[in-house]
Amino acid sequence: MKFKDIFLFSSFSIVSQKMRSFLTAMGIAVGVVCVIFLTSMGQGLQDFMVSQFTQFGSNIIAVQPGKTQTLGMPTGVHGTIKPLSFDDAEAIERLPLIDYAVPVSGASGEIESDTRLRRSLVVGTGADYDIIVGADTMLGQYLPKDNPKTPRSFAVLGPKMRDELFGNENPLGKTVRVNSQRFRIVGVLPPKGDFLGFDLDDAVYIPIAKFNTMFNKNGFQEIDVVHNENATTEEVVASVKRLMISRHGGEDVTITTQADMIETLGEIMDWLKFTVAAFGGISLLVGGVGIFTIMTVAVNERKSEIGILRAIGASQSRIREVFLLESIFLSIFGAFLGLIAGFMIINIALYVYPDLPIAVAWEYITYSVFISIFIGLFAGFLPARSASELDPIEALRSD
Amino acid sequence: MIRLDKLSRKFQVGNQVVHALDEVDLEINTNDYVSIMGVSGSGKSTLLNILGLLDTPTSGDYILSGINTSKMDDDEMAGIRSAKIGFIFQSFHLIPRLTAFENIEMPMILSGISPNERSMKVDSALEKVGLTDRADHKPEQLSGGQRQRVAIARSIVMEPDVLLADEPTGNLDTTSGNEVVKLIEELNSAGLTLIVVTHDREMGERSNRLIELRDGKIINDQRKP
Repeated sequence: MKFKDIFLFSSFSIVSQKMRSFLTAMGIAVGVVCVIFLTSMGQGLQDFMVSQFTQFGSNIIAVQPGKTQTLGMPTGVHGTIKPLSFDDAEAIERLPLIDYAVPVSGASGEIESDTRLRRSLVVGTGADYDIIVGADTMLGQYLPKDNPKTPRSFAVLGPKMRDELFGNENPLGKTVRVNSQRFRIVGVLPPKGDFLGFDLDDAVYIPIAKFNTMFNKNGFQEIDVVHNENATTEEVVASVKRLMISRHGGEDVTITTQADMIETLGEIMDWLKFTVAAFGGISLLVGGVGIFTIMTVAVNERKSEIGILRAIGASQSRIREVFLLESIFLSIFGAFLGLIAGFMIINIALYVYPDLPIAVAWEYITYSVFISIFIGLFAGFLPARSASELDPIEALRSD
Repeated sequence: MIRLDKLSRKFQVGNQVVHALDEVDLEINTNDYVSIMGVSGSGKSTLLNILGLLDTPTSGDYILSGINTSKMDDDEMAGIRSAKIGFIFQSFHLIPRLTAFENIEMPMILSGISPNERSMKVDSALEKVGLTDRADHKPEQLSGGQRQRVAIARSIVMEPDVLLADEPTGNLDTTSGNEVVKLIEELNSAGLTLIVVTHDREMGERSNRLIELRDGKIINDQRKP
């Protein structure tokens, strides 16, 4: 028997039971759709997060107070941690490999123009923050290089904040009140978008000394460090760490590089994708149980046919092949249905919500198709074996 | 062409051993026309199944065309069934979802014959049984006599040496029964060895040789002069 003929015979058996085959294949299809949709969401989320972290140049590292043992955000242990000070920032900036060291803190506050009031993000920064966010096209200028401890009351607006408070008017030289303190607007940043849920465009930027007074803070949330393009991240981290240990008398800061962040994120995202893929895998397994059931029923219903085939020259192994192939066809058909449905759902979802973070995770889709075929093979194995082991005389007798 | 040497087939039923065939010696010549008769339980169906290699003897030898089949494995037996043996059954045993044409084609599909050759042979088999115009009918659209003729076409399409018929007219009315008998007798005249199991005395007596079984033994073996 040639493969093509077994193929035709098996597929014909499936076609002759259209409804049943379709429903059985649906079990697998649902599993494949789950895998496609869930992993694509996971991949999209990962891509989105990575793009968030990489939108600022790759030669930036963050120094935060508190030491963490594992990766993640630092948690301070009371009493043993010195806050990050202006002197720390200045000292870091004087290091040979470092171009800029800019303190940054953020909090939420009330921002008012003459006519409007808005609750949003207030960011305290040093003078060179515009370099960190890569704002090369500003309206006006960024905060001037005053003495960082006694700066003048100047403010810079994010573009969305400008729109909300001043509409189309030119805000330069106008006054804005941040938590009732008056600042004069000297610049507007270009749009930068969200960063980890903070809308950097809907924010007001003020000197960090003013920020600390306003929110009664001692020290900074972090110091963002821009290092020389030619220096490696490792040597920069090492030199900053050495400096901070000598200044604070112990290692009480956490230095986070972009590579760290992306790596941590990548690990989390890989687990997330694996988990959702496993959920999809469970539905694939359930689909496999469906195939097993239907193949067992088919073998019982077609006993007489099995007897006939044996009588007209089919060996046991041939019978096994026919039923095994049938079961694999069901699963391939299901996987195919699932692929079509999955991509349709993704496209419809993207059509309805164009901003949805979805990116097709091809590797998982390939896995899901192979696993489907494997499940078909596995689910068909026992029924095919029992078909091949039927006594042909017994089988012919059962009509 | 067929020789059985002390062939036995035992079945275990509960804790009792049933001798369906008990040391049967038998020789059947090429192109013979043999009827096997006996009451039910006499072992005639078991004998036919063993002759058709669907069952294997417990002891003794079955030599077909000079080949001892006793030591064959499943694949080899399937090969012999395919090449040398044709079966027809009381209840026709066609595959219901296939057309007459496809049913007849099935043995050739199993043995890997090319589609062109298959189609030619199916056409000629259909012509022999007089059903050329029914090629595309499913079994349920055919009468009993027509179904049995399709089954006969299927059994001869591989050009076997032996045709084994198990009560071929048992489910048919007299008219179509006679047609079927005539058809297989014609095939016998054309060179096919024909072995028919029946409990219809009239049909048994049409053959050249009538073998009667009881309790797994041959009790009567008579040849027409």
